Amino acid sequence: MFQLSPEEWQAVALSLRVALWATLAALPPGIFIAFALARWEFPGKQILNGLVHLPLILPPVVTGYVLLLTFGTRGPIGAPLKEIGIVFAFRWSGAALAAGIMAFPLMVRAIRLSIEAVDPKLEQAGATLGASRLWVFATVTLPLILPGILAGAILAFAKAMGEFGATITFVSNIPGQTQTLPSAIYAFLQVPGGEASALRLVVVSVAIAMTALMLSEILSRKIAKRVAGT
Amino acid sequence: MSLDVAIRHSFGTFSLDIAFKAPPGLTVLFGRSGSGKTTIINAVAGLFRPDAGRIAIGERALFDSAQRIWLPPHKRRLGYIFQDARLFPHLTVRQNLLYGRWFAPKSGPQEPLDNVVEMLGIGPLLTRRPGGLSGGERQRVAIGRALLANPRLILADEPLAALDEARKAEILPYFERLRDETSVPILYVSHAPAEVARLATSVVALQNGGVARQGSATEVLGDPSVTPLGAGAAGAVLEARVTAHHPDGLSELTAGDLRLLVPHVARAPGTPLRVHVEAQDVMLATRRPEGISALNVLPATVTALRLGEGPGALVQLDAGGNVILSRVTRRSVAALDLREGQQLYAVLKAVSVAKDGIAGTDPG
Repeated sequence: MFQLSPEEWQAVALSLRVALWATLAALPPGIFIAFALARWEFPGKQILNGLVHLPLILPPVVTGYVLLLTFGTRGPIGAPLKEIGIVFAFRWSGAALAAGIMAFPLMVRAIRLSIEAVDPKLEQAGATLGASRLWVFATVTLPLILPGILAGAILAFAKAMGEFGATITFVSNIPGQTQTLPSAIYAFLQVPGGEASALRLVVVSVAIAMTALMLSEILSRKIAKRVAGT
Repeated sequence: MSLDVAIRHSFGTFSLDIAFKAPPGLTVLFGRSGSGKTTIINAVAGLFRPDAGRIAIGERALFDSAQRIWLPPHKRRLGYIFQDARLFPHLTVRQNLLYGRWFAPKSGPQEPLDNVVEMLGIGPLLTRRPGGLSGGERQRVAIGRALLANPRLILADEPLAALDEARKAEILPYFERLRDETSVPILYVSHAPAEVARLATSVVALQNGGVARQGSATEVLGDPSVTPLGAGAAGAVLEARVTAHHPDGLSELTAGDLRLLVPHVARAPGTPLRVHVEAQDVMLATRRPEGISALNVLPATVTALRLGEGPGALVQLDAGGNVILSRVTRRSVAALDLREGQQLYAVLKAVSVAKDGIAGTDPG
């Protein structure tokens, strides 16, 4: 009774792939920018903060259109990338880029909060014991902010799974290429007799979201316990 | 190896201009809160950069504003014991202890982990995490962690201030052992005269952003013109020795030509001790008082007189080769007609002599 058609499967698998890559690719710059915003004072800090948060405030269609203008095959970034064989527009990688950018502010916020919760005095203690800044980060800060990183990653993953507006504007809605779960649900609702398919995908969406949430809850509890040091 | 510190820094309304040399052993930076003690120790650690000056361990400069030298903290090879322990919560006690060793040069002599663990009595804690430790246990682990980093200098910023009296008594002996059993110089920040009296090889008294006096605990604490905590907290330190235990529970000490009776001290005859005598516990009499319950009535000579701004005065006395301070009122100074060179009697209450000021100093 609950059998996904190949077309529906395709959308589910593509969405998982897009969200996973979007999250993984956003993590390193996300941690770096969160650290910079939490701990450093530098000129242009407020501008960087604004840029990071822009996708949260702008209509997703605007973000998607800006991506199309810049990362399209004739865009200022897209054109040179095309020369070396990297194309984002109308590809699944473009969907991942759009999802990653839309999810970025949520991830940075969560990680930044957890960095601000780490007592800089512990980092000072590490420095006096001979650890350079990088080592202090790797051995003190990073382990202590793992719960925040995990929370940020889960939030970003969930946001990436659900991203619709920027994705459909930037990479369109090509089955098997760029048709993610939300785009597929939207497409099924546009054709007569597509409600059953749409409903099945809705159930899958809910299941994935619940699993991700529960997983993050369990993991963050485990890590928080370890970090609390009891 | 000794530590040379000379720093100048301006904090707007408060400016710091200090210079001192910390010889091997334990040097106490002594002063009230806000006297710049922590600023100085953080400058030595590399956590605070002063406007100008020079800080060097032996010949090696950690900071020299003239030559534009500023070593970051991790290149200074220090062991810093913080007031709040600052153990890493995500690591076990053993991992905390070995943290500094990871970054220390692998060549050269290394203090074996087992020795440190045994000296501090933290063997049973090794697999635990800091969250479950008591304040005293944490501070012992912090001492071990600093020591195992193979430091050329140990810094301690009021390491006992956050502990209750019982825990203080638990930790103090470990600092004595650190002072006596390792060759690493220790810079120790404190505003507690009892700690100074007990631990210091050398005392640097800070007052008004400068060094008021540097010398032994006896010299600095016995100087009536140096009262970093105010005259109310003044008190002299006597180098004494246990001579006998009396059957009625009293112990007899000698300090110079003096004989003192104090409540029982659990030390063998011959053991050297430092005795802390608070100035407010010393009364003065021009004639030997009779019919008085105090056991220690000492003939003394006034060597200095310092009138305070308020109603009080500090009198420095020589009693059998020892320096003693007495805090009296200006009215008493006038009534007794106190003058330098005057012979009189100092009355010490036995209890006051013993008041958490008696401590063993290992001569070794």
